[in-house]
Amino acid sequence: MSGHSTYNPTSGIGKWMDARLPLARLVHDSFVSYPVPRNLNGFYTFGGILMIMLVSQIITGVVIAMHYTSDAATAFESVQLLRRDVAYGGTLQAWHAVGASMFFVAVYIHIFRGLYYGSYKEPREVLWILGVVIYLLMMATAFMGYVLPWGQMSYWGAQVITGFFSAIPLVGETVREYLLGGYSVGSATLNRFFSLHYLLPFMIAGVVILHVWALHVTGQTNPTGVEVKSKQDVIPFTPYATLKDALALVLFMALMCYFVFFLPDYLGHADNYIPADPLKTPAHIVPEWYFLPFYAILRAIDFNIGIPFTDIVLIDSKLGGVLAMFGAIVVLFFVPWLDTSDVRSANYRPLYKVFFWLFAINAVFLGYLGSRPAEGIWIPLMKATTFWYFAHFLIVMPLLGFFEKPKPRPASITDAVLGKAELSGASQLAGSTAAPETKS
Amino acid sequence: MSESDHGETNRRDFLYIATGAAGVVAVGGSVWPLVSQMQPNEREKAAGAPVEIDLSAIEAGQLITVVWRGAPYFIRKLTESEIKAAEDAGQAEFRDFQPADERIAAPEGGSKEWTIVAANCTHLGCIPTKIDTGFEGWICPCHGSKFDVTGRVTKGPAPINLPLPPFAFADADRLIIGADKA
Repeated sequence: MSGHSTYNPTSGIGKWMDARLPLARLVHDSFVSYPVPRNLNGFYTFGGILMIMLVSQIITGVVIAMHYTSDAATAFESVQLLRRDVAYGGTLQAWHAVGASMFFVAVYIHIFRGLYYGSYKEPREVLWILGVVIYLLMMATAFMGYVLPWGQMSYWGAQVITGFFSAIPLVGETVREYLLGGYSVGSATLNRFFSLHYLLPFMIAGVVILHVWALHVTGQTNPTGVEVKSKQDVIPFTPYATLKDALALVLFMALMCYFVFFLPDYLGHADNYIPADPLKTPAHIVPEWYFLPFYAILRAIDFNIGIPFTDIVLIDSKLGGVLAMFGAIVVLFFVPWLDTSDVRSANYRPLYKVFFWLFAINAVFLGYLGSRPAEGIWIPLMKATTFWYFAHFLIVMPLLGFFEKPKPRPASITDAVLGKAELSGASQLAGSTAAPETKS
Repeated sequence: MSESDHGETNRRDFLYIATGAAGVVAVGGSVWPLVSQMQPNEREKAAGAPVEIDLSAIEAGQLITVVWRGAPYFIRKLTESEIKAAEDAGQAEFRDFQPADERIAAPEGGSKEWTIVAANCTHLGCIPTKIDTGFEGWICPCHGSKFDVTGRVTKGPAPINLPLPPFAFADADRLIIGADKA
C-alpha cells in the first residue's frame, strides 16, 4: 500500500528539512495522501477516535497528577480537593474518569468492528495482535487508575485483582507481596500503582505507533473484505477520511461531554466516595463496567478441576477462575488462526454473521451477569455464557470455515460500491467512479 | 565464533564466552535491585511483629476482628451449640475438609472454644461477613463463598479454608497473633 511518496516540498525550508529529516514527508504520506478504501463506513472512524482519546487522557492525566498525592493517608482527600477547590478541577477530573469509560466504549466498537469484518485475517495478523496488546495495556492502566482515588471500590478492587496473583501455585503469595510492597494493600501499593499508571499510557502510545505502522503496511480492510485492487478503489486520506473521522469525533465528544457535564459519576460507583477501609468490604464489589464480562467469567469457575473419580485436584477453583479470565483475553491473540474461513467480511458469511451477533449479545449479557451477585440463578447463567464465550472462539470459528457456504463476493471495492448505487437508483455516478476523489 | 570456523578452540573463543558471561552477570546484577526493591521494606517488616490481644471481655458467640500486618483476623468465641454443630457436620459438606477439632483452639487448661482465622477470603481476599442465623459462620460478599463457624469453606469459589495464623495463648486471657510461641 505504501507506494512511492507524493510529498513535494515547495518552500526552501521544506526542501532543506526534507533532505535532513523528512518528518513532513512521513506525515504527508501517512495522513494526507495515504490511500484508504472508498467504501469505509462509520465504524472505521474509531481508530482515529481512540488516538484522540489517548491524547486526551494523557493531557488531563498529567494535569490532575499535579494535584494528586499518592500517600494512603492523603490520596482520597487530594482527589476531593481537586474536585471541589481547584479551578476547573471537577471538570478535569470528570473528563479523565469519564474519558476512561469512553476510551473503552470506543475500543469495544473498534474490536467488534474487527471481528465483524474479519480485519484480523491474513495479512493483518500482527496488526490484530498489536491491538490486543494495546487492549491489555489499557486494562492494566485503567485498573491502576481506578485505585488512585483510594475509595472503598479502589481499595477492594486492588485487593481482588492483586489476589489473582496469589492463585499462582507455590510462589503466588510471594509474588503478591512483591506487587503490593507489603503484606496487604497499602501506601506502598498506591505509590507504585501511581508510578505505573503514569508510565503505561506512554507505552500504549508506543504500541499505537507500531499498530498504525502495521496498518499502513497492509492497508485498511473495508466492509467488503475485498483487497484494494486499483486506484479506483481508493481515495486519499485527506480530506475524505480526515473529515469523516472528525465528524465522528464531534458526535463522540458530544456524548462524552453529556456525561462529563451532567452525569460525571454515572459510570462510577457511589462506594468510591467512602475512603478506603481495610476492615470493611463493600456489600457488593463490582469493577468498572468495562471489566464486567471478565468478572463474570472469573466468578463462573467456582469448582475445582481434577481427575474424575479421584480426589486429586489439578486446578483449584481460584486458579481456574483466574485462568479462565485471562484465557478470555489470551484467546483473542489466536483469532487470526482460529478463524478458518478465507472470506473476510461477515456481509458475505451468512452463518458467521448470525454467530457474530450471538457472540455480541452473549458478551453484553456476560457484562450484565458480572454486575449481579454471585448467587442463585446468576451462577448457572454465568457458567453458560462463559461456555458460549469460549465456544465461539474455540468451536464455532474453526468449524464455520468448513461448513459455511459464503455468498458471492464482489470482484472489487468499486464493483461493490457501483452495485449499491444502482440499487438505490442513483445514475450519475459514472464520472465519480472513474475519479472518485473529484466531484462530477 | 563456533569451533567449526577454525578447527580448534583459541583465545578468541575464550574471550567471546568470558565477555558474554560477564555481560549476563552484569545484567543480572542490575536487574536484581530493580526487582528486589518491590518487596516489603524493613519498616513494613518490623511493623509485622506479633500483636497481643486481650480476650477477657469476649462473650461466647461474640466475634472480634483484629489487625496484624495490615490484614484482619477473626477471633470468635464459639457457643456450645456452635461447637456441637461444627463437630457433627459431615465431611461431605466441606471442600477442604479438616476435623473441627483442628480448627478450634484453647488456652492451656482452658476449654476448646476459640476460632482464630485470617479474615480474608481465600478466593480473592474480601472480608466475609458473619451470618447470624443458623450455624453457618461467614459469607463472602464478593463472590459468595461460605464458611462454617470454624472458617471451613462449604460453598463458593474459595479453594481452601480460612487459614489459621500463627498464634499462641500467653495465658487464659491473652492471645498472641503472629508467633506460635508465647
